[in-house]
Amino acid sequence: MTAPLKVPVLTRRGVLAGIGGMTFSFAFGTDGTRILPAARAATGPIPLSPWVRIMPDGNITILTVTEMGQGSGTSIPLMIAEEMDADWDKVVLEWAPSQPELYGWPDRSGQRVMTITGSRAVMMYWDDLRTAGAQVRKVLIANAAEHWGVDPATLKTEPSVVLDPKSGRRLGYGEIAAFGNVPTTLPSIDKSELKARKDFRLIGRSVPRRDLPLKVNGCAQYSIDVRLPGMVYASTLHSPVHGNSPESWNDAVIKAMPGVLGTVKLPGGVGVVAETFPQAMAARRALRVKWSKNKVDGLDSAKALENYAAIHADPAAAVKIVDARGDVEAAFAGAAKVYKAEYRSDYTYHAQMEPLNAVARFNDAGDKVEVWDGSQDLGRSRDLIARTLKLKPDQVDVHQCYLGGGFGRRSLADYAVEAALLAREAKRPVKLVWTREEDLAHGMFRPMAFQCLGASIDASGKVVGWRHCAVGDDGGVGLVASGMRTSSYYVLPNQHLELRNVDQGIRIKHWRAVAHNFNLFAIESMVDEMAADQGVDPVEFRLQRMSITPKARRCVETVAKMSEWATNRPEGRVLGFAMSERSGSLGGCVVEASLDRRMGAIRVHKVWVVADGGIIVQPGASKANVESGIVYGLSSALHERVTVRDGVVEQSNFGDYSVMRMSDMPEEMHVSFIDSDGRPTGLGEISNPAIAPAIASAFRRLTGKRLYHMPFTRDRVLAALKA
Amino acid sequence: MAFFTVNGKPVSVDMDPNTPLLWVIRDVIGLTGTKYGCGAGFCGSCTVHIDGRAQRSCQVQISAAEGANIVTIEGLSPDSSHPLQRAWITEEVPQCGYCQSGQIMKAAELLASNPKPARQQIITHMDGNICRCGTYNRIIAAIQRAAREANP
Repeated sequence: MTAPLKVPVLTRRGVLAGIGGMTFSFAFGTDGTRILPAARAATGPIPLSPWVRIMPDGNITILTVTEMGQGSGTSIPLMIAEEMDADWDKVVLEWAPSQPELYGWPDRSGQRVMTITGSRAVMMYWDDLRTAGAQVRKVLIANAAEHWGVDPATLKTEPSVVLDPKSGRRLGYGEIAAFGNVPTTLPSIDKSELKARKDFRLIGRSVPRRDLPLKVNGCAQYSIDVRLPGMVYASTLHSPVHGNSPESWNDAVIKAMPGVLGTVKLPGGVGVVAETFPQAMAARRALRVKWSKNKVDGLDSAKALENYAAIHADPAAAVKIVDARGDVEAAFAGAAKVYKAEYRSDYTYHAQMEPLNAVARFNDAGDKVEVWDGSQDLGRSRDLIARTLKLKPDQVDVHQCYLGGGFGRRSLADYAVEAALLAREAKRPVKLVWTREEDLAHGMFRPMAFQCLGASIDASGKVVGWRHCAVGDDGGVGLVASGMRTSSYYVLPNQHLELRNVDQGIRIKHWRAVAHNFNLFAIESMVDEMAADQGVDPVEFRLQRMSITPKARRCVETVAKMSEWATNRPEGRVLGFAMSERSGSLGGCVVEASLDRRMGAIRVHKVWVVADGGIIVQPGASKANVESGIVYGLSSALHERVTVRDGVVEQSNFGDYSVMRMSDMPEEMHVSFIDSDGRPTGLGEISNPAIAPAIASAFRRLTGKRLYHMPFTRDRVLAALKA
Repeated sequence: MAFFTVNGKPVSVDMDPNTPLLWVIRDVIGLTGTKYGCGAGFCGSCTVHIDGRAQRSCQVQISAAEGANIVTIEGLSPDSSHPLQRAWITEEVPQCGYCQSGQIMKAAELLASNPKPARQQIITHMDGNICRCGTYNRIIAAIQRAAREANP
């Protein structure tokens, strides 16, 4: 059997404008969700697009947000559809516009943002969108009750139908839309009015992702696919040394090249606009630019990382306390045994398959710009473009497109800003595409980091003291410090966690699971080292010695059972274990690995991951997402490494920046979720941080040696074997 | 002037003969299902069929495509009914989806010459195509499914 191919597709918003039907425009305010009738919405300063529109023919349009393969493009509208009891087959999806004030979720400051990062889309929209769906349902019931002259409390709903159980009368949502009224203020919804888990029709079932059919025939529209009348093409050359600006370049030579329409000075580089993209790329290659200088000139990343160790040892270095509990000094002074180890990790690159690109078009008056962007943060895209081009936010309209991978890179639209700057200068619509080489060299990397871990064990064998110092470029946003806290899985009574920040000048950014990647490598490797030294099985050590939380215990026990942890493996293969934590979720991970000792090549044959992510809105998509995280984690653990020499990134393309390929894959990946009534938490980044420490654990059990520097390249593996 | 056919339609292009076929397919003909991934033949996102062989269109100059019969993802089937396209949906292969046109075109070449490939043959054939979302095992499963369903 094959899945039906004819499914509602994502339509361009605006197509439905003025057709009638019932429109639910939610304005999220501090007082909860309110509804604005379409007429009132239209008089506002910004024309509102509806979250939900029900047409008299029964078709329902629901807005959605960022889809980069993780599935939330389907699960976001699915949460509304669940509570409004919509017939999912009648639901058509549209992209939400770049108006975070209306379509965002509340961040810590209460400001609404459309940020889709940290695998948190479902988690952040969970309350608002279910409430919104329930409100739509209540309005539909109220309209039917008035129509029939009955008490709304006596009415029920089935998918897209209000029914009166007493009389057997039924009204489809489309029929109600033909006559219904939407009140100015939405009815309030008590939490008890939301569906119980057992009543879900869509949540928890594997509903096919809506984008799948468009991704097997070339129809899914990424920003790189946008074509506008009169559009021209641009390529940019950024400074090979991060942070430098162009001072001058061979402008006359470039402008004389075939097809070249002009050159534009950009904040960190030079843009060339040409009739075709190959012409723009040829001009980019011919650019000879004199760059300014900054501290990154001459940087050697390997030497800089060694300097991180010196910063760790320097008593005068600035320290930021991330967390401090109990009496750490006493816990170490009175310890039965003390452990200490250092861990290192290199810069890594997002390597999303679609190189960064955007399309921009100004109106004739030059006071409004439309930008097409595959964005993880449509609101921030809008604001960054507005701020840089000195426009007001309502002069910028960013149209969402599918993302050819995000992984954290596409929540900062520096490339879309460039497209807008180029379009303004060119006075033509411009498609800017960064070459792969540009995308890598001018990447924003996961920072390299140095960790020093210390732990102490008391006379009973329990881990009671914990020190974790992380050195690296935190960027002030947790790029090094996040993922240091263990309190959701290990409750260590005496601990001191500190960050020693280094402003290195290299462009850095969130990278799938951010600092959890190297912090969990360090934390879990330290635990594994203690288990080995104490002669205790690594799984047992966590259950007995680490003051593990009940939720974490369940993950550990479940994955141990699923992987048959205690069962012997074929000759040459061993299991390794690691815990994981990210975005409110916990996970346990087991890998089965072997080693080619001559080549220094580690091979992972099987992986098991158990995650507790609360209620799983889309089990199928979540499983795929966790599988993807496993592969991302394997890639990071075994292959990925950006190095900087003389201030310049040494890698240039997939030829020298290695990522996982099919021949590197484990033969089996098993993913399972803990059955839970808890609120949904993030799942797309729960697996990747656990892979490196699980491999290091397997390597130790196989060889008695430890791996301290990620990635575990062959030369590092061979060096560890000799150590 | 270069002449070739794309998805059965004759095309003539008056461009620099060194222009990579990829950009003609995407920007001139407007078939955007074929993707730019690396521009250097490392990733396979731009894979199309040229006279039945899967090739990286970023590495083929239009002068070398003279007279060729080119098929892109849009021409693989008129209605997404190719066994691989159906299997790709059943196995829920795509995530971000950007590499999948190239993956499917590469896999179609394999099934055309080897209707029942063994797992290792699939891996050897597909190893040049990168999927950053890591959907490789589902790609293998989908190719095996398509092979089964096309040759029951």
